[in-house]
Order: sequence, then structure tokens, then C-alpha cells
Amino acid sequence: MPSMALPNLAPAIPEIILAVGAMAMLMLGVFRSGRVSDMINAQAVVVLVLAAAAVILVPGKLLLTFDGVFILDDFARFMKVLTIIGSLVAVVMSIGYFKAEKAMRFEFPILIVLATLGMMMMISANGLIALYMGLELQSLALYVVAAIQRDSARATEAGLKYFVLGALASGMLLYGASLIYGFSGTTEFAGIAAVIAGGGMSLGLIFGIVFLLAGLAFKVSAVPFHMWTPDVYEGAPTPVTAFFAAAPKIAAMAIFVRTMVTAFPAATPEWQQIVVFISIASMALGAFAAIGQTNIKRLMAYSSIGHMGFALVGLASGSLAGVKGVIIYLSIYLAMTAGTFACILAMRRREGAVEEIDELAGLAKRSPMFAFLLAMLMFSLAGIPPLAGFFAKFYVFLAAIEAQLYGLAVLGVLSSVVGAFYYLRIIKIMYFDEPAEAFEPMPGVLRTVLGLSSIVVILFFLIPGPLVAAADFAARSLF
Amino acid sequence: MYSAIVFLPLLGALIAGFFGRQIGARASEIITCTLLTISAVLSWVAFFSIGVDGGEEHVTVLRWLTSDTLQVNWAFRIDTLTAVMLVVVNTVSALVHWYSIGYMHHDPHRPRFFAYLSLFTFAMLMLVTADNFLQLFFGWEGVGLASYLLIGFWYLKPSANAAAIKAFVVNRVGDFGFALGIFAIFLIFGTISFEEVFANAPALPEAARTMTFLSWEFDTLTVICLLLFMGAMGKSAQFLLHTWLPDAMEGPTPVSALIHAATMVTAGVFMVARLSPLFALSETAMMVVTIVGATTAFFAATVGLVQNDIKRVIAYSTCSQLGYMFVALGVGAFSAGIFHLFTHAFFKALLFLGSGAVIHAMSDEQDMRNMGGLRNMIPVTYWMMAIGTLALTGFPFTAGFFSKDAIIESAFVAHNGWGFYAFLATVIAAGLTSFYSWRLMFLTFHGRSRASADVLHHVHESPAVMLVPLGVLAIGALGAGYLFKDLFIGGNHEHFWREAMAAAGGTEILEAMHHAPGWVAWSPTVMMAAGFVLAWYMYIRRPEVPVALARRHVLLYKFLLNKWYFDEIYDFLLVRPAMRLGRFLWKQGDGRVIDGFGPDGVSARVLDVTRSAVRLQSGYVYHYAFAMLIGVAALITWYMFTGSVH
Amino acid sequence: MILAGAFFYLFAGLAVAAAFMVITARNPVHAVLFLILAFFNAAGLFVLMGAEFLAMILVIVYVGAVAVLFLFVVMMLDIDFVELKQGFLQYLPFGALVGAILLIELILVLGSWVISPDIAQHAGAPLAADGVTNTQALGQILYTKYVYFFEAAGMILLVAMIGAIVLTLHHKPAAKRQNIAAQVGRDPKTAIEIRHVEPGQGI
Repeated sequence: MPSMALPNLAPAIPEIILAVGAMAMLMLGVFRSGRVSDMINAQAVVVLVLAAAAVILVPGKLLLTFDGVFILDDFARFMKVLTIIGSLVAVVMSIGYFKAEKAMRFEFPILIVLATLGMMMMISANGLIALYMGLELQSLALYVVAAIQRDSARATEAGLKYFVLGALASGMLLYGASLIYGFSGTTEFAGIAAVIAGGGMSLGLIFGIVFLLAGLAFKVSAVPFHMWTPDVYEGAPTPVTAFFAAAPKIAAMAIFVRTMVTAFPAATPEWQQIVVFISIASMALGAFAAIGQTNIKRLMAYSSIGHMGFALVGLASGSLAGVKGVIIYLSIYLAMTAGTFACILAMRRREGAVEEIDELAGLAKRSPMFAFLLAMLMFSLAGIPPLAGFFAKFYVFLAAIEAQLYGLAVLGVLSSVVGAFYYLRIIKIMYFDEPAEAFEPMPGVLRTVLGLSSIVVILFFLIPGPLVAAADFAARSLF
Repeated sequence: MYSAIVFLPLLGALIAGFFGRQIGARASEIITCTLLTISAVLSWVAFFSIGVDGGEEHVTVLRWLTSDTLQVNWAFRIDTLTAVMLVVVNTVSALVHWYSIGYMHHDPHRPRFFAYLSLFTFAMLMLVTADNFLQLFFGWEGVGLASYLLIGFWYLKPSANAAAIKAFVVNRVGDFGFALGIFAIFLIFGTISFEEVFANAPALPEAARTMTFLSWEFDTLTVICLLLFMGAMGKSAQFLLHTWLPDAMEGPTPVSALIHAATMVTAGVFMVARLSPLFALSETAMMVVTIVGATTAFFAATVGLVQNDIKRVIAYSTCSQLGYMFVALGVGAFSAGIFHLFTHAFFKALLFLGSGAVIHAMSDEQDMRNMGGLRNMIPVTYWMMAIGTLALTGFPFTAGFFSKDAIIESAFVAHNGWGFYAFLATVIAAGLTSFYSWRLMFLTFHGRSRASADVLHHVHESPAVMLVPLGVLAIGALGAGYLFKDLFIGGNHEHFWREAMAAAGGTEILEAMHHAPGWVAWSPTVMMAAGFVLAWYMYIRRPEVPVALARRHVLLYKFLLNKWYFDEIYDFLLVRPAMRLGRFLWKQGDGRVIDGFGPDGVSARVLDVTRSAVRLQSGYVYHYAFAMLIGVAALITWYMFTGSVH
Repeated sequence: MILAGAFFYLFAGLAVAAAFMVITARNPVHAVLFLILAFFNAAGLFVLMGAEFLAMILVIVYVGAVAVLFLFVVMMLDIDFVELKQGFLQYLPFGALVGAILLIELILVLGSWVISPDIAQHAGAPLAADGVTNTQALGQILYTKYVYFFEAAGMILLVAMIGAIVLTLHHKPAAKRQNIAAQVGRDPKTAIEIRHVEPGQGI
């Protein structure tokens, strides 16, 4: 007879805050007639901030609850904070956009909060079922969010594509999970690790890992499971794209890392091969395909594919240093992405938002500060020292070298060289082309986001200590 | 004081070069000329205090570079040789500066011109005051750079640019050997300081005496000396590397004067003299120096016979006279070589500046066939040129007489095969020199005028700022030999030279020279007289003879007129193959291989990959799903076959 | 046990065959009917395992609701399945190849299936003790051990509901809606107005 006592809810306080908050906002939105969007947006911000505070403040070093399927360790805390920041930025930046497009819907912030809930559950998952639950929760919310501008054919198509392919990926993940369960007899990470360590490794288990990885790779949009990314990024409303590019990627990468490191430590050589492969493929495709793009959102899609490839380099090394590298990479990636999307959202003329790269022509002459900061972000994304993006790449490549994955490191550097081309092209267009028509002035919110992320990106090299130390701290909790 | 001598020209160059636009042309001229004049006066002071009163100075400016065991100071070594060179360089340069004020007064870029002139002088001063090989090399290259800038001063003229490039490239051939020589010295001696090298050279350890290259054994010092001499051949326009010198006439005439009399070409002679302690140790090297010098003296004189460009004639005479100097150095009469350098500086500068005055008067006409009968129109210039010609041909008691005779005699008394060859070559060359020099005089100043009436109408005597330097040089050309003979090669020479050159400038051979047979001493004078008479006969008495001669010996005439076809041979042997090789490497190597597989190829491949990557993104959901399935299938298959279960 | 075994193979075989028919049937209505058949067979398999609650749920939810909804959708939407199939056929050879490779590999792996020694303990919750019904047993673990998953599933369903509403609910300003509260709240004072009409004239 299972215990009837209530499980320890303390580790899940942030999730509970988000769930209850989302439902409260929903009630408010449904039952308060009139324009409630502003209030709900504000509430979403408050709920997210509260959740972040709770993530940090819940006492204890390593907390397990719900029969061990929910874990709150330093890694989870760090990743959750990053994810919440990503969501927060997306919510804040969306307000102006939807107002300008006259497409404000109060469900949007609620869905973001629910997606964040899913991501946090995913990050804290300590077993395959919990992983799947969190993944589905966030995915479902994302599918809806992608299509939230249901009057736009592109957005609807994007949502539908994402949904169909996401379902396929979920199917693969479930298939892998069932194979793993079948061959190891447990769904909990610690149990799986124990079975493998006890000599329970088999080809079936490897197949399970492959399918599981396929599902996870879909979520981080790694090649060859990336195909949805460019279409969805382009089709979805820009704040949604900004959201997709940051928070879900971080959460998915977090659970990717946690699964590999805690459930399959003894099978490292096996999964390492897959990770190396998808990492190289992602870096290369991200670099090459982005060159041919003219739409900046599509370009950012390929950019994010490439960046996930770089982050996977860290995971491929399978070491403490590698995980640390991934954490640093994701942190800096978050800052760069937030800033870049603030810029993309600021590409707006009187007649509406524009997305073509050529619209940036001669930006340096019209708004030098905007152009300068965007140029810095591009340099950082390309990985040019002393900007933060360089250090992000530095740590993952260092880990790869230490793990003697020389080929991976060399290919990574080469593809970052190729990738630098399209970032530099944007800078060239901004600084050397004939000026196009001026944009509307940048709203204060976007200014703030751009300013903060630029500070992180430009000045990171002055005080890298805190982030590196925190990443080290977080990575240690997995080993 | 020595620092002032060296750095005043640099100061002038910097001021005129960087601020010439602000301070104007006139101020630039005044500043550079004044500074150079101060430098020249100080040089004479140094000459008397060092050379005549005795003494030697070392001035360390700063520690230049330190690299492991290589430590180089930037220091001046001021001994008699340097003092002589300081006098020559600064005096001629100062006069050329003043002269240029008049000569260049039409030119809009005068500040630049004067900056280059001063820079040229500074580089030469760096060279002659060098205390070590690196500094020597620095000055060497500085001279090369400044000559390039000055020869190509009229950069809108394609021929000037071509000449500048030619001078630079031909010098590069010599510099290549020079640099190798310096490397070899550092390799053998472990230092590049003159003093230490000279001290260690005679007592070189047995192991270092020979060096092996491709199983051939060479005497180390000979190799070093020959490599260094290669540099000297380039700078001093010796046989085989002489081709740049006549072309360098493309520069403004004062530049020619400077190059030919004071800076640049004398660098090679100075270098051999400076390194005489090394050369004296290698008989082979001395032989090569003698033979090259003698050949040049003869060869250049023959070419000079038929040239029609007034400056080219003088240019070939320079070439020839430099050959004389090398002959002197080669037979060990170092002091005689430097003495000739000293006297030559005066009359050659005089001749060049004089011809410049002629060209100036003739509205930039340089072809002597279009001159004639100018004697009465520009008498001062005529007399100046006459004095220069007398000195050049070695008319008794002029400057050239003493130094040239000394060289010819010392070649005779060297008592070896190549010495006798040099004697013959120089004696014949003396005759040829006399002939072409007087031919120049007669064609230019005597006979009927062949110029157009328009040009004749404009003929005028040059301004004082040009004539005064000519006068000063004329005094030097007349008196320098007589006044300084005793110091340089006479009884006082040991006291004068002391440690500056090997064996105090060749005491033994100077001693022997005084006991040479009488006919040897008279032979150059006789040749000179013969050349004069022949020239008079052919160009005054029977002006139709040269034409007939040229027609009868058309092959010989063409051979000489085309300068022994050296340019053509080099063009065929070196320039065209180099161009072909360059074109091949450019089109095939660089264009096809490096660009093709490098930047262009890579970027083209990147675009190909991009195109196919973009094409994969078709927009169809089932394509995307398919890609995922293929991905999973591929990974599964991979594990099936590697079966990597440990 | 032989009888049970025979039924197992009957249900399993029928389920696979029906599933195959679902994807090959030309008529979409037939396909959905085959799907219902497959669900029934799956329910039969649950019954054989003694999980009668799940079996009934499957029939009620999937057959009763989901499949019937499918049927309605298929019958109400005018989808040209022939055209869709053409695209499908175009990629059939290659798709079949990939599928075949996957299938063979999975069979190879399953052929080497080694049941984990302690699979019996891990396979699931132990069968309920006598007297505890299936439903009761499920309820007991659903609200204790699996409460987290249960709640998470609830959130997922909530999101699904929100999504369905967000994406489909159109507020047309022109549409007239019934407002029951307003309807009920009417009284004669607001509903009727009495006018005095002069004879021979309109209002």
C-alpha cells in the first residue's frame, strides 16, 4: 500500500507557482471582459520573477521528491534561471510587437508561462516519464504559440509543421524510452545507470538511446532533426521566434545533458559517437545554409542550429569541463540571442515590421548605436575575441581538446570560420551599403534588452569569473 | 659634432618631407641647404682633426638590438677613411643642394625633392660611419631606397619609373650577395662588429677556414669576400651589374651628380676599402676585384665612345672610373683607390652639374648631335666643363692626373698576371676616356650649332646659384690632387691612414710605385694626348670621318652603341624567363592552384554546399519527416555494423 | 492457458492486420473503421492481462469518442486522398527501403532480446491483492506514487484545451449570441413599451 502522505512539495515550489499562476491568469482572462492583456502580461512577468526567486531560494543542496522522479540540484537551478530569463525576455518583448500588429491575445503570456512550466519540469526530470511529461507540456504550448497569429497563413503553416514533426519526434522519443525501459527494466535515470554499470549494456539499449537522442535532438534542433527550425522561425511571429530561439533550446539542452550524463554515464563511448555526429552536422549545416539566407529570422534559425552544434561539442566530450562549457555556452547564447532579437524586433517601419537582411542597409548612418551594438552581437555570434561568443566557443573547444576529440574541435573551428561569413555580411550591409529607409525609433523595452545583453556580450571578458564559477558549480552537481 | 654631421641631413629631410607643404618650397630649400652646408663644414673640420692631426673617434648613439648572442649598437666609427668619405659626401651633396635650387626652380615638388636629397645623404652618411655590418647594411639599403625615389622623381614619366625599378632590382641582386656575406660573417665570427671581425679574421681557427657546400670545399674568407663584393658590384655598377647606372640618368641631373660623385656608387668602393682587412687576407678575392674593376674600366670606356646623350657619356665615364678604383683596391693600393674616389668626386660632380647647366641652357635637350657651338654662348659653363674634362682625362697636375696615374702604376707594379691585365686595360681606357671626353666637349661647344633657332634663342648662362657650386668644384678638380697627394698616397700616408685600412692603405705597393719605370708613368699621359688629338681630328678637323667609320664598321659601332648588348642579353636570359615564370606562377600557380583550390575554390564550394543545403529545405513536411527517419536509420545502422557494445 | 494463448494470438494478429488495413485502405471511412477494430483488439489484449479497467477505458474513450470524432472529421472534410496518395507513392520506394532497414534492424535486436533478470519486479506495480479491484488499484497509485505525472498530464490537457480554443474560437462581432441571463432578467418594463396609436395611422 503506497504511502498516503503528501510528498515533499518544497523542491517543486517554482513549478507550483507557475502552474497556479497560469491558471489564475487564465481565470482572469476568461472572466474579466475588456482589455486584460496588459494586466496578464504584467502578471506573467511577476509570476516568472517569483518562480525564478523560488528556484534560487528553495533551501537545500540536492532535493529529490515525488518518489525520486523530480530533482532539484545546482544544475537544475542554473538552467531554470536561464530558462526563466529567456521566457521573461520573450514576454516583455512581445508586448510592443503584438500591440503594433493589433494581434494582442491574453493567452500568449499564459502559454509562455505554461511552456516554461514544462521546461522546468523537463530540467528537473530524473526519469524517462517525467522527461516525457515535461517535454510534451512545453511542446504542446509551443505548437500553439507558433500558430497564435492564426490569421497569418505562414504562422499557421509553421505551427502545423512544428506540430506534425514534433509529434513524430515525440513518437521516436517514446519508442526509445520504451526500448530503454524494456532492456533495463526501469525508467529512472539512476536505475538505468546502475543497470548499465552492472553489465546490462546491449544493442537494444543503444537503439533506445538513439531514438531517445533523436527526440531530444529535435528539441534542440540538431541536424538531421532540425528541418522544422527555419520554417517555424520564419513563419512564427517574431517574439515567438525570439522565445523559441532561447528558452526551449536551453531547457532541451539541459535535459539532453542530464539524460546523457546521469542515465548513461557508463555508455559514454556509445552516445558520444552520436553526439559528435550531430554536433558536426549541426555546426556545418548551420554555417553553410545560413549563407544563402535573405530573411534575418531564417538566418537566425540556421545560426541557432549551428550554435546548438557548438554547445553539443561540450557535451560530446562527456566530461565535467564539457558540461561546464555547455552551461557557459548556453548562458552566453541566451544573452546574444536576446540582444539580436531585440534588434530584429526593432526593424519596423511605419507600414509594418520588416525581416529582410537588406533592410538593414546603411543602418550605421541612420542609427549608429543600434548598428554598433548589433555589429558587436554579430561579432560575438561569430566568435570573435574579446566578445563573449569567443569565450563560449573557447570553453567547449577546450573541453573537446582535453577529451582528445581533435577532429571535432578542428571541424568546429572550421565551420565557425565559414559561419563568420554571414555574420560579417550583416555588418558589411549595415556599414557599407547605401542607406535604406529609416526604422521607427526603438521602443524602450527593446532598448533595455539590447543594452543589457550588449553589456554582457561586450564586457564579459572583463569579469568572466562569476559565470565560470557558477557554471563549474552547476556542472559538478551532475558528476 | 659627429652626430650633428650625420643627423643634420636627416633633420632637413624630415622637415622638408613632412612639413614641406606647410613651410613652402623656398623654406624647405633654405633649411636643407643650410643644414647640409653646416654638415659639410663640420666634415672638413673632422677631416683635419682626424686625418691630419690624427685620432679616432667612436660615438655610440644607442643600443640598437639584442637577440641572443647578436648585440648591435648604433655607433659611429670615425677614422680617416670615414672622414674622407664625410668630406666627399657632404661637400658634393651640399653643392648639389645649392645647385638644385637653380636647376629645379620650375618644379612644383621641390620640398619632396630636397627631402629625398637630404635623405639620400643621410643614408650615405649612415653607411660611411657604420661601426658594424648591420649599420652598413642599413645605410646600404637606405641609399638604395633614396636612389629609387630620386631616379623615379618624375614619376609621371614611364621611363623614369622603369629606370628606378631597374636600379632597385639590379641592386637587389648585389644586396642578396651582400646579405649572404653578412650572414656568413655572423656564422663564422659570431659577431658583426667591424672591430671584432677584423681582429679575429687573421687568426681564424683551422676548422672555420674552409666551408663545405655540396661537397665542395671553399675558403671561408674568400667566399665571404666574394659575397660582399657582389654587393659592391651592384652598388658601384661594376661589370655585369652596371646596367642600371646609365638608365639612372632619367632622374634630375643634380641627382645624377649626387649618385655618381658622392653617394651610392662610391658605396661599393668604400665598402671594399672599409673591409680591406678582410679582403687583404684572400688573394682570390683581390684577384676578382682587380679583374672586375679592369674589365669595367675598359668596357665602360668603349661604350662611352659612341653615346650621343651628354649625360650617358659621363655616366659611362663614371662606370669606367669606378673600375679604376676597384683596380687600385684589388692590387692592394687601397689608399690610391680612395684618393681617386676623392678627386673623382670633384670633377665628376663638376662635369655632371656642368652638363646639367648645358641641358638647362638648351631647354632640356640632352642629345649632343643637336648641340654644338655653345662655347661663346655660355662661356662660364664651357670653361667649367673644360676643367672637369681636363681633370677626368688626367691632364698633368689636375686632380685626376695624380690619382689615375697612381692607380695605373700600382697595377703595373703588382707584378702578377691580373695586375698586368689591369694595367693594360686601364692604360687603354685612359686613351678612350680622353677621346670620348673631348668628343663630348667638341660636339657640345665647338663647331657649328645644330640646334633649332628657337632653342638657340633661349640659350642663356645659368644663375649664380648654379655657377657658384660649379666654381667650387672646379677649384677642387684642379687642386685636390696636388694638395692632398702627399697625405693620401705620398710620404705621409702612413700617418694619415693609420688603422683605417689594411696595411695603412698599402704601404708596400705605394713604395714600389715610386720605383716604377718611367714609361709606365708616362703611358697614361701619352694616351691622354693621343685621345685628345684623335678627337680633335675627328670632330673638329674632319667631322665626316666618324660617320664614315661608323658606316664602315657598322657591326662594331652597333655593338658599342648598344652597350655590348648587355641589356638585350639580360632581357633574353633573365628578364623574359623571369616574366614567363612570373606569368606562369601568376596564371597557373596563383590563379589556378592557389586561388582555385584556395580562396576562390573554397568560397565557390561553400556556395555549392549552401545551395544544396538550402535546396534540402523544401518546405514539405514529409521531406522533413523523412530526413529525421533517415537520420535515425543511419545512426541505428551505424551501431548495427560497428556493434560497439563494450 | 492454451485458450488464453490462442486468444492472445487472435487479438494480436487481428490488431496488426487491422492496423495494416488502416494505412492501406483506399476509402478513409474504411480506414477509420479498421482503426476501431484495432482498438477493440487492443482492449481484448488488456482483458487477457487482467486489466479490465484499461480495456473498458480504451473502448469508451478511443472507440466511443476519438474514433467517432475521426469518422466525423473524415466524412465532413472534403479531402482528396487520391492526390495525397500520389505524393506518398512517389516516395514509396525510398521510404520502403528506409522502413525495411529499420524493421530488419529492430527485428535483429528483438531477436537478441534477453529479458532482464529482474524484469519481473520492474515490469510494473505488482498485481493488486485480492479484493482490490482494478480501478481501486489504479486509483491508489495514481494519486500517490504517480501523483506528479498525473498532475503533469492534467497540465498538458489544460494546454491542449487552451490551444484548441485559441486556435479555433472566432469572436465574430456580427454573430448574434444568446444571452440567457439577459433573457431571463427581462421584465415587462424593459421588454415592452406601450404606445398609443392613433386610428388610421402607423407608428
